Amino acid sequence: MLDKMTNRLDFHGNALMLRAERQRAIASNIANADTPGYVARDFSFGDAMREATGSGSGVTRLATAGSVGTTGNLGAKGATDPRHIPLPAASTGTGAPGALGYSVQAQPSLDNNTVDLDRERANFVDNAVRYEATLRFINGNAKTMLSAIQGQ
Amino acid sequence: MSMFSIFSVSGSAVSAQSQRLNVVASNLANVDAVAGPDGQAYKARQVVFQTAPMGADSSAGVRVSAISESNTPGRRVHDPAHPSADEQGYVTHSNVNAVEEMVNMISASRSYQNNVEVMNTAKSLLLKTLQMGQ
Repeated sequence: MLDKMTNRLDFHGNALMLRAERQRAIASNIANADTPGYVARDFSFGDAMREATGSGSGVTRLATAGSVGTTGNLGAKGATDPRHIPLPAASTGTGAPGALGYSVQAQPSLDNNTVDLDRERANFVDNAVRYEATLRFINGNAKTMLSAIQGQ
Repeated sequence: MSMFSIFSVSGSAVSAQSQRLNVVASNLANVDAVAGPDGQAYKARQVVFQTAPMGADSSAGVRVSAISESNTPGRRVHDPAHPSADEQGYVTHSNVNAVEEMVNMISASRSYQNNVEVMNTAKSLLLKTLQMGQ
């Protein structure tokens, strides 16, 4: 019973942690915008969220029916054979994102720095707004449950 | 809380950029310096940035790994009346390029502002997280 009430909160909690993680990755990119040889890192929020919630959540299964089908034959840890040693990225469990990817370079620079500052800033603001949205979802959920408990 | 490390990441970047700004300031101050008694004029300095890992995989700060001196020959001006002139009557000035330094200054200042803004955003997000459920 209580499980059903906190289910949705868990989903948003995962989302909030991934948003914070992504915020940190983008902050690192902005900090290293002038470092020669630095390679910008980022991760796809959607993929990380899918990995964090697994296929158990009905919400994600509905939203990503197409992409789940293509990777459906892989094991729970993303391995093609159960005897494979799991990759560190796949065994991090919920909350932490998998391995960080490398963002694609739009305008190569001579010092091999791949940070696109305009894009990183846009991503940063976008991620901040979505983080706040998730926060509001959590607050709304908490308020809903509180009024349900009080029954007024 | 993973967001707290944004402050150390952006803080390291802000400190590195301010050191860059400092170096630009001393270069610009010495743009007209001539060779001293040892015959060596001021050499333009440049900071070298390096990525500094901060704990987790996704957080990478910056640090100044070295300050390098430019080896381009200094500006030589023919002025036999100058007290620092050599036998041929030439005075060696510093090898600072004022235009390059100005560009460097603007770039450092913009990067500084970017990182301050990142810290402000992280702060307001954390404050809102603190009020969660209220």
